[in-house]
This record gives sequence, C-alpha cells and structure tokens, in this order.
Amino acid sequence: MKMLEVQDLNVWFGGGRDRVDAVKHASFDVAQGESFGLVGESGSGKSTILRAITGLAPDWSGKIMVEGQAIGHKRPRTFFKTVQMVFQDPYASLHPRHSVDQVLGETLQLHGFKDIDARVVKLLDDVGLGQKFRFRYPHQLSGGQRQRVAIARALAPEPDLLLLDEPTSALDVSVQAEILNLLADLRTEHNLTYVMVSHDLSVVGHMCDRLAVMKDGEIVEVLDVDVLRHLNAEHPYSRQLLEASL
Amino acid sequence: MMSVLLDVENLWVKFPSRHGVFDAVRGVSFTLGRERLGIVGESGSGKSMTGRAILRLIRPPGIVEADHINLEGVNLLDKTEKEMRDVRGQRISMVMQDPKFSLNPVMTIGDQIIEAYRLHSKASKAEAYKKSLEMLEAVSIRDPERVMRAYPHEMSGGMGQRIMIAMMLIPNPQILIADEPTSALDVSVQRQVLDIMDKLVKDRGMGLIFISHDLNLVADFCDRVLIMYAGRIVEVCDAEKLHAAKHPYTRGLLNSLPRLDAPRDRLEVLQRDPAWSEAPSVSGRV
Ligand SMILES: Nc1ncnc2c1ncn2[C@@H]1O[C@H](COP(=O)(O)OP(=O)(O)O)[C@@H](O)[C@H]1O
Ligand SMILES: Nc1ncnc2c1ncn2[C@@H]1O[C@H](COP(=O)(O)OP(=O)(O)O)[C@@H](O)[C@H]1O
Ligand SMILES: [Mg+2]
Ligand SMILES: [Mg+2]
Repeated sequence: MKMLEVQDLNVWFGGGRDRVDAVKHASFDVAQGESFGLVGESGSGKSTILRAITGLAPDWSGKIMVEGQAIGHKRPRTFFKTVQMVFQDPYASLHPRHSVDQVLGETLQLHGFKDIDARVVKLLDDVGLGQKFRFRYPHQLSGGQRQRVAIARALAPEPDLLLLDEPTSALDVSVQAEILNLLADLRTEHNLTYVMVSHDLSVVGHMCDRLAVMKDGEIVEVLDVDVLRHLNAEHPYSRQLLEASL
Repeated sequence: MMSVLLDVENLWVKFPSRHGVFDAVRGVSFTLGRERLGIVGESGSGKSMTGRAILRLIRPPGIVEADHINLEGVNLLDKTEKEMRDVRGQRISMVMQDPKFSLNPVMTIGDQIIEAYRLHSKASKAEAYKKSLEMLEAVSIRDPERVMRAYPHEMSGGMGQRIMIAMMLIPNPQILIADEPTSALDVSVQRQVLDIMDKLVKDRGMGLIFISHDLNLVADFCDRVLIMYAGRIVEVCDAEKLHAAKHPYTRGLLNSLPRLDAPRDRLEVLQRDPAWSEAPSVSGRV
C-alpha cells in the first residue's frame, strides 16, 4: 500500500513581484514502511514539501494522499495521529519553559490518551533518554538530547508516517550517528514510514531506500539509493550533487 | 618559511560564574600564515571562542588571557578598544556562525551592504548600489535585486551566510576568520563560497581561519587542521592527512560519518575517554 502520494504539488508564498514558487509540479509516492529521501540545495523546496503535507504552508495546489485518502487544506486532529514531523532545529522546536514531562504529557493529552504517565515513561525509554530527563527543561539538555525529545514528541500520537526535516543537520557527527541509529531502530520497532529531508547525500544514502532530487522547486529525478551508490544518477544535477559529496 | 600573520600563544577564554570558572579555551597555541587553517571539533569544544578571542569579541563576564596574540608582531592584547575596532574593521574580518544574528533585522539587506561599502570607500550611493549587486553576484546570489529589497528574516540560512561573506570581503582584510561559513549551504554553493575564499588566500595572500565541524570538508579544503576537544587542541595535522589522523577522538569522529561508498547497518558511536580532556594542548605553531 502507498503511505503517501504527492501528485503535481505546487506550493507558493506571497504575491506580486515577491511571489515565490517554492515547489513546482512535484510528484512522488512512498510505500508503507519505506524510507524516502528528499535531497537538494538549500531553498530548493524540500522543507516546503513537508510543510505542505502537514498544513504549515497554506498556499498549495495538487493532490496529497495519505494512506489512500486525499487531504484538504484543513487538517483534522486525527491527521496528526497518522503524520508527525521532526524539525531541523531542536533548539527552536521546544518551548523553553516547558519541561520534557510537560512537552510529552500535553501532546499525549491533546491526542486523547488516558494513560499519560505510563506513556511518558515509555516514550523516554523508546528514544533512549530514560527517566532522569523527565523533569528537565530544554536549556538543561544537549542538542542531541533535545532532538530525542522532539522525536519522542513526534512518536507520542503513534503516527505511521514521520516527516524528518534535516533531523541531524544541527548536530555533531558523533551525535548524528546516535540519532540516525535511533531513527533506524524506531522505524523497525514501530513499523514507521519515513520521509527524510537532508542536504547530506551520505545521510540519505544511509537512511533511505529511494530518494528524490530537487532543484529550484522541482523534482528532477527519483532514484534508488543503490543506483546512487553505484554513481549512476541520470540527471546532471544529481551527478553534480553526487560528485560533491564523495 | 611561510610568513606568520598571526601568532597565538597560550590562549585562555574563561567564564567566571557563581559555581567557579569555566574554561572554554584552555591554553591553545598556534600560528597562521597565508594559508587555510582549519579548526574542527564538536560543538562546545571552543572553536568559536578561539576565533572570537582573537578579535577580543568575548562578551563580559568572559575573559581572554594569552601570553600574546600577535598580528604581524603587534600584540592585540595591548591595543585599546578603539584600536581594536580598526583591527576588526580593516585587518581581520569574521563571518559569524549564525548570520541572522549578525545582520540588522530591521534594515534591508541592500541598505546594509551599501552602508558597509560606503564606510570603506567614498563611493556615491549609485556606485555603491552597483558594487553591492556585484558583490551579491560574486557570492552566487541569483536574484540580487530582490535580495537587496529583502529583510534578513526573509533569507534562507545559506543566503544569509553568503550575504555576510560578501560584506566581510568589502574591506579586503588580511585575515578572515570564518566560523562555520558554509554549514548552512548546499554542496554546490558551498563549493562556490570556498572558491571565493580560496581565491582570496591565493591571490591576495590572505590568511584564513576556517572553523567547521565538517571533517571531510576541512580535509578537502584546508592546508592545516587543528582538532579541538574540551577547549584544547588534541591533534594537529596536514589537512590531506586528516583521514589518517591518530588521536582516538579524531578517529571516532571520522568513523561516525555515514559513507555512500561504504554502507553499514549501524553507525559507529564515539566512546569518550576522560584522558582526552586532561592531556595538555598540542601546539599548532609552525
Ligand atoms: N515563509 C516563507 N515566505 C516566503 N518564502 C519562503 C517561505 N518559506 C520558504 N520560502 C522560500 O521557498 C523556497 C523553498 O524553501 P525551503 O522549502 O525552505 O527550501 P529547502 O528546505 O529545500 O532549503 C525558498 O526560496 C525560500 O526562500
Ligand atoms: N557566555 C558564556 N558563559 C559560559 N560559558 C560559555 C559562554 N559562551 C560559551 N560558553 C561555553 O564555551 C564553550 C565553548 O563554546 P564555543 O567556542 O562556542 O564552542 P564551539 O564553537 O566549538 O561549538 C562551550 O562549552 C560553551 O557552552
Ligand atoms: Mg529546509
Ligand atoms: Mg561555534
């Protein structure tokens, strides 16, 4: 089954002479359980695709289907029980005055869970933080620990599809390794589907099965990671990216 | 022998607090010639503080101490704050890690570049506008007219960084300290920005301190590399030999990277040894 289908997606910001067509005619689909990468230069529209899917970019046209259902411009709350997003910047994405317990507890409450206490405990264990972090505030956490909290928050509603926007770009390579290992484990354990944005081809190569290469708002090529590994990308831009990352 | 532009001996950056003094940089020594000197290490290892300390840009209560920080033989620690402003404006430029904080949020990008340009030349406004467009083009900004009208928050990280580099190059400095200048940039633009800096080192004999957490990039781009851990230099090597580095910390960082040509199920995770931060700082002098 297809987890996500995106057909002829256009996303724009602003109007007049300052209108930006951030995504143009993007089409791709992601199978259930697959890990799909989006790569391309900064400003090429990768984040915008994820933001359009989650409803954070209001001006879009085309078709977005999640688990076979077309989504409209308004997302019902149940949508976020299926789709969750993790952002690049673990510093900006957590409220500075909310403890880890509040962040996770409130998210769970919002999604109507009753056994909140047990679930907070489980979530912290799932992301490898453990209970000693439960009552800490963001400023008492390292970047990697914050990203673990952000991942725990995304896992709270038990989603099927995780949209990961450069989840390790702000982290040290040593911490990146820990988070990528964690994400790989979580995908297996929770049977998750990933769409992962990265500007780092080797990260996508490590995490994904297939990927789309974006340039100037358009998807120029969709290819298997295996093809990438054997340096067989077709589109000149993909080849350029590839050469630059070897 | 390569001529020495900058000579840093036994540099400390200390942050006193109620709980005691935190030493962010602990006795670091190195020289910089007309070369590309990389400083790598994890976040918090003291890279930015080292760069800022050279320009005496550590905010109180932070303290900079050193036996000397000599710029062509003159100790910057002996200069008055007013003299330091000239050093910062004319002789050593720094591109900060987060360009959004370095740009004025309520002024258009165009006005900021024009102002920076006119500070250093007697150009007319029209001339300065033309030069500013050229400078934006030189750092590969595609739509410079739109960018001139825009405010910093409307720019992506990569655009902001290129704008900062364009502005830093206006006074034609002898030394450029670039703090993670390309971390927010995609690979193709990264290459262009590196080429710009490379040209400045080669053509104008500029000295470049290139701060980065990206080991592959530094190995590829720099001449020499200092590897920092917990405020000290743990290893110094020629950039081209970085992949053969010996220190277990450097090796651990290298091994934690995913590689397209060598796929693995799990990435290696760094195992830290307390001894790394206790060993004395290695000298980066030539
Ligand atoms: N809120 C916004 N307002 C105006 N333009 C935006 C906004 N968000 C993104 N853009 C523009 O859309 C384009 C795509 O941005 P983005 O999707 O963030 O790129 P990527 O994630 O690939 O770096 C860029 O030109 C960017 O400047
Ligand atoms: N104002 C400050 N007060 C106390 N400690 C600080 C301050 N600014 C930075 N530090 C600490 O100094 C250390 C080195 O920081 P920095 O040079 O920015 O690291 P890097 O650039 O390598 O990531 C870090 O542990 C940081 O927390
Ligand atoms: Mg993005
Ligand atoms: Mg820094």
